[in-house]
Amino acid sequence: MSEKVVFYQGNEACAEGALYAGCKFFAGYPITPSTEVAEFLARRLPKEGGAFIQMEDEIAAMAAVIGASLTGAKSLTATSGPGMSLKLENLGFACITEVPCVILNVMRGGPSTGLPTGPSQADVMQARWGTHGDHPAIALVPGSVQETFTETVRAFNLAERLRTPVILLTDEIIGHMREKFTIPAKGEIEIWDRPRPTVPPEEYKPYDTSEGIIPPMADFGSGYRWHVTGLNHDETGFPTNIPSLVEPEERRLMAKVTENLDIIEKYEYIEKKGSKVAIVAFGSSARSTRSAIAKAAEGGINVDFLRLVTLWPFPSHVVNEMADKVDVIIVPEMNLGQMIEEVERSVKGKAEVTGVNRADGEPITPDQILEKIREVS
Amino acid sequence: MAFDYDQYLRPGKLPHIWCPGCAHGIVMKSIIRAIDREELEKDNTVIVSGIGCASRMPGYVDFNTLHTTHGRALGFATGVKMAKPSLNVIVVAGDGDALAIGGNHFIHACRRNIDITLIVFNNNIYGMTGGQFSPTTPHGKLASTTPYGNPDYAFDVVELSMGAGASYVARGTAYHAVPLTRLIANGIAHRGFSVIDALCTCPVTYGRRNKLGSGTDMLLWFKGNTVGKKIADKQPEKAEGKIVTGVFKQDEKPEYCDEYAKIIEKVGSQA
Repeated sequence: MSEKVVFYQGNEACAEGALYAGCKFFAGYPITPSTEVAEFLARRLPKEGGAFIQMEDEIAAMAAVIGASLTGAKSLTATSGPGMSLKLENLGFACITEVPCVILNVMRGGPSTGLPTGPSQADVMQARWGTHGDHPAIALVPGSVQETFTETVRAFNLAERLRTPVILLTDEIIGHMREKFTIPAKGEIEIWDRPRPTVPPEEYKPYDTSEGIIPPMADFGSGYRWHVTGLNHDETGFPTNIPSLVEPEERRLMAKVTENLDIIEKYEYIEKKGSKVAIVAFGSSARSTRSAIAKAAEGGINVDFLRLVTLWPFPSHVVNEMADKVDVIIVPEMNLGQMIEEVERSVKGKAEVTGVNRADGEPITPDQILEKIREVS
Repeated sequence: MAFDYDQYLRPGKLPHIWCPGCAHGIVMKSIIRAIDREELEKDNTVIVSGIGCASRMPGYVDFNTLHTTHGRALGFATGVKMAKPSLNVIVVAGDGDALAIGGNHFIHACRRNIDITLIVFNNNIYGMTGGQFSPTTPHGKLASTTPYGNPDYAFDVVELSMGAGASYVARGTAYHAVPLTRLIANGIAHRGFSVIDALCTCPVTYGRRNKLGSGTDMLLWFKGNTVGKKIADKQPEKAEGKIVTGVFKQDEKPEYCDEYAKIIEKVGSQA
């Protein structure tokens, strides 16, 4: 397939990105503002040898995605706040069993039913700590339609390479706005598949880490009969509560992320000469930030900009280095202050940290951010 | 010649976690014999469960096995089956797992008529957590959370399955282990969603509290208090006050993955 220029919604770009990455299975449940992903894939998946299913609820959709992935099919589900809350139980199952899958959460206002048609960025901490127990978390936060496509492809690649669920965290604005973008030609972006076993079935241990911390994963039906359980398990996959076996596995799950930051972390850092103010933002708030920084520059104020493309794991070391240079870090986010806590934690008191917050279902405007820039400059 | 269970059991995984007198082992053996009777390939068979005593069964048997979250086994199983329809998918669940926390998934799996065989290990109680009442605990019975008698009314698994659209519905008991094997084997052979209500016993957390005697007494109770469907149909008076066992429904009805395959065939060429 050669490259193709389209005029798509963010949600459609996610669906197209999933197909590009080799997604063969989608299970979902209708919910605003993510439903377009399901509608798009209901049309396209059967044409591309895949399967689409609308399940009876969000919980079942997440379950089906994990079940499908166990057969070897790259799998996606899409939802928004209330649905994400329901998926968290099985998200934890995917973490501990190390089943690759991608979950799109198009953030809307909350808590509860909140503002179904209004944007929000209030699921920042849910994406990190939503499911119970210690667990690894990867959350990607694209800021445009094009980037929703490329980050969806990257989400699948990371899920496969690291054998872990990956959350795509967009918001109602990114999900519903339309932009022109280019679907790259096939082969232009590298596509990764999960590591699969090369040993004979009788020697296969599903959580054997002798070759590295990401153990090879066998497809159900491929001749490797293995046991998958949400209980803590040993390298053979069977339950164990032996302390000396449990904790190393818990630590390994986390290490899959912390030891692979080179492929997970992604951000855009635009440094200006002599700036004393920096902004950390992502998603649609980053779009307003870009505009505010341009306006500030017109007025002679230089502002550094760290735009996150990967939100979790949070790039603390980058933010910490920023704090060596600037006096103030502004954190605009469509919530009442979530990412700001990570920023504060990262700067370790070296710079003042202040938020621009909005939780009324309206986007943060460039003028709001500009006002804050002027206030602190 | 005695049946060789070892060919289907994972070495080193026994003894099982079930209490003395529990009938789950009998049902497990019926499932194994049914799988053998239907000549399912081990590599091509997936056994899925949720949480609870019955849900520990997949760990003991040598197939592709998936022990999931509470009540969600059918959701996982649906994903497995849809993504790879060539796999044989069997789900095992207790009554609480299948019908309370998993009740929504249960009725929709029935409605969807996807080719999965569900065996409900129905012992009328939450055993693993110590004897709380379940959706099949009879009205008035004692459980740790109904210390003054159960004010709830029980689901009838057979009627619920039929009402929700399952195309094969049967009921057997752990006492009638040989007929139970046949009912399960027929369910596996049936193309569509099959439910087998396998009545079994929990002497430790249910029987003792309700003075139902030992595990053996509870199994023998099935002998005296059940009647086969064919007899019940011909002589209804014989079924009065008794539990009817046998095949209640076996309909030819389009199967979900077959229907989806038709869609793929229809639109696939338009890619």
